[in-house]
Amino acid sequence: MNVIDRLEMEQMKKNIPVFKAGDTLRVHVKIVEGDKQRIQVFQGVCIKRMNRALGSTFTVRKVSGGMGVERVFPLHSPLVDQIEVLMVGRVRRAKLYYLRKLQGKAARIREKRTA
Amino acid sequence: MMKGILGKKLGMTQVFAADGKCIPVTVVETGPCVVLQKKSVETDGYNALQLGFGEKKTHRTSKPEMGHFKKAGKGAFAYVREIRVDDVDGYNVGDQIVCDAVLAIGDVIDVTGTSKGKGFQGVIKRWNFSGGRASHGSKFHRGPGAIGCSAWPSKVFKGKKMAGQMGNERVTTQGLQVVEIRPEMNLVLVKGAVPGPKNGLVIISKG
Repeated sequence: MNVIDRLEMEQMKKNIPVFKAGDTLRVHVKIVEGDKQRIQVFQGVCIKRMNRALGSTFTVRKVSGGMGVERVFPLHSPLVDQIEVLMVGRVRRAKLYYLRKLQGKAARIREKRTA
Repeated sequence: MMKGILGKKLGMTQVFAADGKCIPVTVVETGPCVVLQKKSVETDGYNALQLGFGEKKTHRTSKPEMGHFKKAGKGAFAYVREIRVDDVDGYNVGDQIVCDAVLAIGDVIDVTGTSKGKGFQGVIKRWNFSGGRASHGSKFHRGPGAIGCSAWPSKVFKGKKMAGQMGNERVTTQGLQVVEIRPEMNLVLVKGAVPGPKNGLVIISKG
């Protein structure tokens, strides 16, 4: 293994839950204000995962007060404290950009049934 | 105190700082360099240490070179460069110079390397000229345009930006910061980009 891969492996998190685009997530983000630290929660649908080893990110979309909000989180950032998977969605695409054009009932995602 | 060290650029990655910020870094494998020769004011007119870095097979080394390397007794080296020092008294031929003896986290450094060669390039790529329009009857596309004036000065000024060789020259990037040092692997992580290709020689100098 080359040196750069090894440096990246050291920083990567080991306990990331299995999730993909379409899943509803609750992301706990550390917010540092001066010397105080608190946790903020961002809940929404994961519409994208970008896999680049240490540089991997995922995008979470939610509708807040009628306005669509998307946030891109670095998967291995120490500021992303915890990722909860609330619902596994049934989708047929890896990138759910089509959700940006939809609203209300049309923007729902069916739950994947595992039996 | 040494003011510089030789190294090999391994490539770029990123590290997360304690406050969660993502810092782009270049990984440089530095040293261990070996002192091959001491140059002093009395003999050479200036104070410097000649360092050897990078392995080289002995059967690919010429006899005169080998004779010079033998004085240090640490094998043959691919790269031999001088680093200026204030005082050579504390060093002996054959001494190893390691990264944590030269650099510390947070140091502001300059990194010198040979930039990637781009070949013979036109003025648009080499000097960021804007060129002409591609269509609508235009006959002026990627050329340099007029390069001079008229009866006065009747010549093209020296240093006029024109097409030519781009890259493959010595470049120094100033004011970079040392983010992390791994003495056990001889690695130095430098914030930002560093001139040259992967596996290219870089010279890290301080102050």
